Amino acid sequence: MTGAGRARRRMVGVLKHAFLALFALATVYPILQIVAVSLRPADRLYSTSLALIPKDATLRAYHAILFEKDFLLWMRNSFVVSLAVTLLGVTLASTAAYAFSRFRFPGWREGLYSFLLTQLFPPTMLMLPLYVLMRALHLLDTFTGLAVAYTATALPFCVWTMRGYYDTIPVELEQAALIDGCGPWAAFTRVTLPLAAPALAITALFSFMAAWSEYPVARIIIHRQELYTLPLGLESLAGVFQTEWANYAAGSLFVCVPVMALFVVLNRWLVSGLALGGVKG
Amino acid sequence: MLRAPRAFPYRLLLPAVVAMLAVVLFPLLYNFYLAFRNMSLYHYADHRFVGLTQFRQLFSQPILYVLFGKSLLWTALNLFFHVAIGLFLAILLTGPIKGRAFYRTVFILPWAMPQYISALTWRGMFNYEYGAVNLILQRLHLPAVPWLTDQVWAFLAPVIVNIWLGFPFMMIVCLGALSAIPRDLYEAADLDGANAWQKFRNVTWPQILPVLTPAVLLGTIWTFNNMVVIWLVSQGGQPADQTHIMVSYIYKVAFTYYRYSYAAAFSVIVFLILLGFVLFTLRRAAPLEART
Repeated sequence: MTGAGRARRRMVGVLKHAFLALFALATVYPILQIVAVSLRPADRLYSTSLALIPKDATLRAYHAILFEKDFLLWMRNSFVVSLAVTLLGVTLASTAAYAFSRFRFPGWREGLYSFLLTQLFPPTMLMLPLYVLMRALHLLDTFTGLAVAYTATALPFCVWTMRGYYDTIPVELEQAALIDGCGPWAAFTRVTLPLAAPALAITALFSFMAAWSEYPVARIIIHRQELYTLPLGLESLAGVFQTEWANYAAGSLFVCVPVMALFVVLNRWLVSGLALGGVKG
Repeated sequence: MLRAPRAFPYRLLLPAVVAMLAVVLFPLLYNFYLAFRNMSLYHYADHRFVGLTQFRQLFSQPILYVLFGKSLLWTALNLFFHVAIGLFLAILLTGPIKGRAFYRTVFILPWAMPQYISALTWRGMFNYEYGAVNLILQRLHLPAVPWLTDQVWAFLAPVIVNIWLGFPFMMIVCLGALSAIPRDLYEAADLDGANAWQKFRNVTWPQILPVLTPAVLLGTIWTFNNMVVIWLVSQGGQPADQTHIMVSYIYKVAFTYYRYSYAAAFSVIVFLILLGFVLFTLRRAAPLEART
């Protein structure tokens, strides 16, 4: 390699790192911004300072969000709804996805396509009729109503990802079980299902997360403040650029940090899960 | 394939199918039903069949065409930057480079953050006087931008937010695709004396295209249907409902103006647009079974 070539390569390397560092800063800046706002004392919310740790930093907002606001109540509400959706979605999907993976039957193709088709509906096409129907059935302002609406979106996703994973489990294992005298149901529950545990966990996690961070449906179904889920509650704090802003930031951090940590840990899994369930088809 | 009594798969499907019929299919049919009626705040209990009136009204007013244009612009801008940024970062992070694991983790964070929190936080950052974006612009001796009050900027602000939160997905997809390209293809290109651009054009691009295409297709539908970001950043379409795309406008018309049947008809039109788009694309791509 010539000297000029080496110099040029070093230039490219420096440029690469400069770009990556700058872009990384732009990526994390909004997150740092939440941290900065959450530490601001109440009289300094209207600040034109860009310092990440503000002068007179205080943990006042963290105290306020935990002990003075309804934050913990919102968290409980979100937890109840998300858990119900997850249990319902994963239970129903684990059997349906198995049928799609292991059997070909009349309507197989149409059934599978119809799950995909649900992704095409504009969200309002489900929200509006669900709202009108729930109003008639007195399900507005109930967790049941919210859970039903979320299941409608979670179920197709769960079926699709679960099927993708079942497809990777060799069918020979169940065939052997059948030869040994197992019934098809036992072959499914005792052989395949335990092997699919990681997929069950990931699918559960994703449907939990989807319900946990959902805003537009919650906004139309829940109006009573004591039933607010986290997105509704935090939005009510962020609604105005004023004293609540620091409380909003502190609450957001409580919600974000565990989720982001989980994402980083599951990073690898996510990629293969995506490849298997979503893209491979 | 597994051998089992013929009824077995249907039994496995039954619970999910019943649930889908109740919470998805029935509401959808009900939406079609509503689209041909005149349900609104004034006709809530006494709505009646009005045929194609809602559709006629929609097609005769400019709002449908304006919003269609904005939806296209929104989707195109987002997808372009998602893929461009995602691919560029993935290429930078595929070679041997210091801090690769660190950067990969950092760049995935916007995806990990709940969308509504990203949107609400960015809305604060776009505040004219106290928002971080304008403060930074001023430090750089650039003029402050009326992000949330001018109708053009107020449309671009959510676009920026959505680009920020959407590029990690494409980066992950590209990283996966790039790592699957056999190294000897590049060695062969090196032997032929190809330069960096030629290697990208003739090796990288054709190799990642089969993975990128379904991701872009999915991304297009998600973005076209994503109203959370626009809704929260522009506070429901401010200023004066000028920042809407189709879905966010339908949401507003339905749940703020209570024009239920009008909104239902509008949803049907959006659905047909998406259906047309997908059928058109699928006809060119490989069918589902071919890849299973």
